[in-house]
Amino acid sequence: MTYFEFLNEHGITLLLGTVTTVKVLVCSMILYVIISMIFGLMRLSKNVLIQGLATAYIEFFRGTSLLVQLFWAYYVLPFFGISLEAFTAGVVALGLNFGAYGAEIVRAGILAVPKGQWEAAHALNFSAAKRIKRIIIPQIFPIILPPAANLTVELLKATALVALVTVVDLTFEAKQINSITWLSAQCFGTALLIYYVIARFALVPFLRWLEVLAARKVGKERI
Amino acid sequence: MEMGWRWDFTIEILPQMAIATLNTILAAGVGYAIALIVGLIFLLGQRTPSKIINWINREIVEFIRSTPLLIQLFFVYFVLPQFGITLSAWVCGMITIGLHFGTYLSEVYRGALEGVSKTQWEACRALNFSTLYTYRRIVLPQAFPIAIPGMGNYLVGIFKDTPLLSTIGVAELFHAATAVGGYNYRYLEPYTLVGVIFLTLSIPAAMWVRKLENDVNKAQGKIKK
Repeated sequence: MTYFEFLNEHGITLLLGTVTTVKVLVCSMILYVIISMIFGLMRLSKNVLIQGLATAYIEFFRGTSLLVQLFWAYYVLPFFGISLEAFTAGVVALGLNFGAYGAEIVRAGILAVPKGQWEAAHALNFSAAKRIKRIIIPQIFPIILPPAANLTVELLKATALVALVTVVDLTFEAKQINSITWLSAQCFGTALLIYYVIARFALVPFLRWLEVLAARKVGKERI
Repeated sequence: MEMGWRWDFTIEILPQMAIATLNTILAAGVGYAIALIVGLIFLLGQRTPSKIINWINREIVEFIRSTPLLIQLFFVYFVLPQFGITLSAWVCGMITIGLHFGTYLSEVYRGALEGVSKTQWEACRALNFSTLYTYRRIVLPQAFPIAIPGMGNYLVGIFKDTPLLSTIGVAELFHAATAVGGYNYRYLEPYTLVGVIFLTLSIPAAMWVRKLENDVNKAQGKIKK
């Protein structure tokens, strides 16, 4: 069977899997961005309880393996009466795991905002909430976007793991086709190529565009 | 089926899990050793004067870095036998982890080499040191401390990615947990134990890496105390 015949027969299945992969990616991306913002701010709180909570969360999710968390969410949570659908379990586990890494990026970004900005906001008598919302947060984006872009490419790669909790994504389809046809080079090679194309020609340019946009917003034309 | 945590079951499976933990540590160690060497090879490809080799090297690194480790594992495990190369799951896993993380480590090495000031090179040129001597006695001793934190981080990273090896049948911790869970039809204790074991191993490791990073920064005078 030539490669063209292989694509003709299984291309549609792989494409459908790719759609699921992109869905998982987008959902978990939104979730992880929200979580990292919240926990990054909590990590800097002066309240010991809030800060301790955020630290415990971050250490826990960074200390254990993503695969373990995924399996825990899918196979163990039903023991406690919480049955998540495979897709939901996958997105939640990915979001929580990457949120922990993202929170550290957000924290570092906030700390990297020059001290003068805090002092100026103080001097202008801004309330604490307004200071964070209007002065500090808008300035962290050019700082956090480059490391966040790396993390997001890692997230795309990590979405492959949801196949192991029966989400029918690209990896799942590739495995499935492999077990039917035993054309391993073709299925896994194609899957690798699709992931590569998504990362190289869609995700990375999009994140680069965001970086340029964020830099322009704070008045830096060149980054 | 009894709900809730069962301590007797936990203690029953503990010895099995402990042995599997040793396998996980072994896998992480061997994978890391291979990754360290592969990283050097990619670094060499990056620093050769030939533009074509640089370009090929960069594309390979880029490809490996932007595709999932899981599919790379499947690829190596299922495709190599079609070309007459039949390797055990262990060997496949080690090769793949070595290749995957080698690309990351080559970046760590590159960053460390670039972290050594240009004037050091110029001084060596002025003293008429050979390139080899410059690397061995001047540049590498200064670059190595810079590379330590990154290298440590990827050791922890490899350790946390070893559960993926269970998908091709390497008998490490996660594989053991799935086997035990399937046999007894109880997944709560095995998977939770895996999480606890990972936490107890990787948090001290991460703390140790952070301490190293601090020490390095202090030694280089970046933090004044």
